[in-house]
Amino acid sequence: MITTKTKQKQEVLEAVVVRFVGDSGDGMQLTGTQFSDTSAMFGNDIATFPNYPAEIRAPQGSLYGVSGFQVHIGSVEISAPGENVDLLVAMNPAGLKTNLHAVKPGHSVIVDIDAFSKKNLEKAQYESNPLEDGSLENYHVIEVAMTSLTKEALKEVEGLDNKSITRSKNMFALGMVYWMYNRSTDHTIEFFNKKFKSKPALIEANTKVLNAGFYFAETLELIPNSYTVAPAKMAAGTYRIVMGNTATAWGFLAAAEKSGLELFLGSYPITPASDILHELVKHKHFGVKALQAEDEIAGITSAIGAAFAGDLAITTTSGPGLALKGEALGLAMILELPLVVVDVQRGGPSTGLPTKTEQSDLLQALYGRNGESPVIIIAASTPANCFNYAFEAAKLAIEHMTPVILLTDGYIANGSAPWKIQSVSEMPEIKTRLIKEAKEKWNPYDRDEKTLARDWAIPGTFGLEHRVGGLEKDKETGQVSYIPENHEYMTSVRAEKVKRVENYIPKLKTEFTDEGDLLVIGWGGTYGTLYSSVKELRQEGYSSVGLAHFNYINPLPKNTEEVLKRFKHIVVCELNTGQFASVLRMNFHGIEFLQYNKVQGLPFGNSELIEEFKKIMK
Amino acid sequence: METTATPKYTFKDFASDQEVRWCPGCDDYVILRSMQKALPEMGLKKEDVVFISGIGCSSRFPYYMNTYGMHSIHGRAPAIASGVKLANPGLSVWIITGDGDSMAIGGNHFIHVLRRNLDLNIILFNNEIYGLTKGQFSPTSLVGQKTKSSPYGNTQPPFLPGELAIGAQARFFARIGGNTPKEMTDMFIKAEKFKGTSLIEVLQNCPIFNDGCFSKYTDKAVREDKQLFVEHGKPMIFGKERNQGMVLNGLKLEVVTLGENGITEADLLVHDAEEQDPTLHQMLVRSEYPLVTGIIRSFPDVTFEERVDELTAAVKAGSSFTKTDDLFFSGETYEVK
Repeated sequence: MITTKTKQKQEVLEAVVVRFVGDSGDGMQLTGTQFSDTSAMFGNDIATFPNYPAEIRAPQGSLYGVSGFQVHIGSVEISAPGENVDLLVAMNPAGLKTNLHAVKPGHSVIVDIDAFSKKNLEKAQYESNPLEDGSLENYHVIEVAMTSLTKEALKEVEGLDNKSITRSKNMFALGMVYWMYNRSTDHTIEFFNKKFKSKPALIEANTKVLNAGFYFAETLELIPNSYTVAPAKMAAGTYRIVMGNTATAWGFLAAAEKSGLELFLGSYPITPASDILHELVKHKHFGVKALQAEDEIAGITSAIGAAFAGDLAITTTSGPGLALKGEALGLAMILELPLVVVDVQRGGPSTGLPTKTEQSDLLQALYGRNGESPVIIIAASTPANCFNYAFEAAKLAIEHMTPVILLTDGYIANGSAPWKIQSVSEMPEIKTRLIKEAKEKWNPYDRDEKTLARDWAIPGTFGLEHRVGGLEKDKETGQVSYIPENHEYMTSVRAEKVKRVENYIPKLKTEFTDEGDLLVIGWGGTYGTLYSSVKELRQEGYSSVGLAHFNYINPLPKNTEEVLKRFKHIVVCELNTGQFASVLRMNFHGIEFLQYNKVQGLPFGNSELIEEFKKIMK
Repeated sequence: METTATPKYTFKDFASDQEVRWCPGCDDYVILRSMQKALPEMGLKKEDVVFISGIGCSSRFPYYMNTYGMHSIHGRAPAIASGVKLANPGLSVWIITGDGDSMAIGGNHFIHVLRRNLDLNIILFNNEIYGLTKGQFSPTSLVGQKTKSSPYGNTQPPFLPGELAIGAQARFFARIGGNTPKEMTDMFIKAEKFKGTSLIEVLQNCPIFNDGCFSKYTDKAVREDKQLFVEHGKPMIFGKERNQGMVLNGLKLEVVTLGENGITEADLLVHDAEEQDPTLHQMLVRSEYPLVTGIIRSFPDVTFEERVDELTAAVKAGSSFTKTDDLFFSGETYEVK
């Protein structure tokens, strides 16, 4: 090892993809988050993709226990976590085995050689050591004895057990990566100071290891270059890094403040939605009422009770929970109360793939209830705009007096991106339909002429005592009615009310071109990948390709058909077997919808999409 | 909401304009009338009273009350009511439920609402049968009971609602015959006053599908001899002649006769509804002779709202955040120019 500092040459890159992989206890999520936060603060645009197993601590060294965190940083616009990895940091053989395929040939792999024991190689089902058998010759492999170097760095720190020492080796890796991409360690050291406030030994240890990794990389001949990714051109303003789930929670905080209502969350823990609950329970200072209920059903029904009593009521869940909430959602629908249900979609059916992403709850959201039970459905499409769509879901629910389902997914919920902070003062008004006084001859199902939304008369209001329920109501009085024609009328009014929301939502926009040969259609969390794929394709000369991405599913934007008709071919890309395509077919006859689908619990990759689009345009 | 004096109401103020549609002779009428009579005595404003029900015969109740109300879905009333109460703790919130609604499909919400101890009131109409679905056995039906869904006799042992409730940490449990409106009215008033979740089990006769299910305890001719109506601080005496009493013999309750074997009133158990240890309350709940009615348990405890309020006040005191912008612009932000 060379101990004197040598001046390295620096190479400037537009964008790089770094992936950290290791055991699920190796701290890969933390390492990745630190790298992405630091890069964002440096001014890069970023996108992240955490990919981890459902097991909390899967058996060490196993293939299925590998946890990964991918970070895409750029001086250019970054809309997806990227596909081809420029640098893979593998903390063990299992991580290398399951992730090497993503690394571009000729690019770098850092491995902790201390973890390449016979036992670990066997667990990763390697017949021979890949570091010795020549199978990595197409890659630039950087072999580092990370575990022993970490132990060495910490031999003089007192008050540490063996476990804490070995567990900090992820910081050695991070230190190396910081040096490689010319990043400062300051942000992470500040993070240690806060996180381990009461454990000074851990602050010292982690800082030492991080610096050890940094200096090790600096002095190492094995790393030929250090790279620079310049700050990206982004709109001026104050930014922070947000995860989709945090942004969702904050959108509701903003909506509560804007509407003047108190926020109530009824929820039951479920992956990958629990972080919204974790975030909102912190904010008692804003008067947030969060009830961790006994089950999914109590989550939504307590929210219905809170909505009846005048709160901005929400419930958060994932696919299996939405199934359990179905009956209660029908109740909220017939009561015509404002309620937001967040479904952070994951791989299904049944328990499915809890930690993986999918878009397969769309039809459940549309139709997963008994009877004629339409509700508004909207979908967020990036980690940052989870904020806007949570706000929008609350606004629509309150102003139209109906439940709204907000669909996000594990990919954008756990992914993070820079968010240009929006002050609540910049957000649109939310007007509640609360009434304070009894008008003469008031009935609880009196409606606004334009929206058909009913009044919101909450308990505690003098003179407006009334009863609501799950039974069909008389169109005039709101009392129970079994009259056949009345039921038909009420069914159509409830449907019409949701349909009329199309007058209050933005029109569908196409990106890149308004007309042409191919319109790529997506909805929800696939936006970033679809956008970057179409952009890449157009850079290759395919200038007649456009993108239409849907955030509003029910009702659909008014101009949808008009947009569709301006393109020769349409391909609907979804992480399911074609649910949105079937919705479009049902709504727009005589238009051919091609499909591109993937159901692997993983997001799309650019190359598979580009290949498919090229095929269509041949 | 403006604060004005509570008007003087009569029971008619609490009757809605809806025609009551229970079967003739049903005890549900007694419960309805007792509630309408109790409410004017509670000092509440009509607009501050909310009835939330589930599904079943009992659950039509809110339609007949001229207050705020919701006839919801099967078994979920406790969770809905919890949401109402947390949204507006100033309301008097009542849960109306039956044996099927609360102990079968809604069993989970039933035990958890009791555990949390919000200031709610639950009236459980127990008729040991499913009425609205026309006569299947319920979780309180007896073994051997012949019903539409158990033509050869029920094989599922029943829950005792009080036993289940106290097991789930109920702080207030009372039981009352469905044919004693005066005592029932008084019990509703006491339940409302109690801070915490109060549960009242009404032994409610279903004249159509389970007629006479409680008559061996509740018939006028026998009830004084077969029921011990307990009152806090009073000795446990029952019987037409007021000469039967309860004593504790080892770990068993035992009926004794005053005046026999030198037994005097001083030897009898004195009812302590406020005792935290529920052991004796559970024994009273399980007693078959006499059947114990009255407020069996009324243990004052911290309510869920009080815990939440205390925590919220502490968090608010320690936080500099007043608006959401304070949060959004706090911590690790950075400027792009």
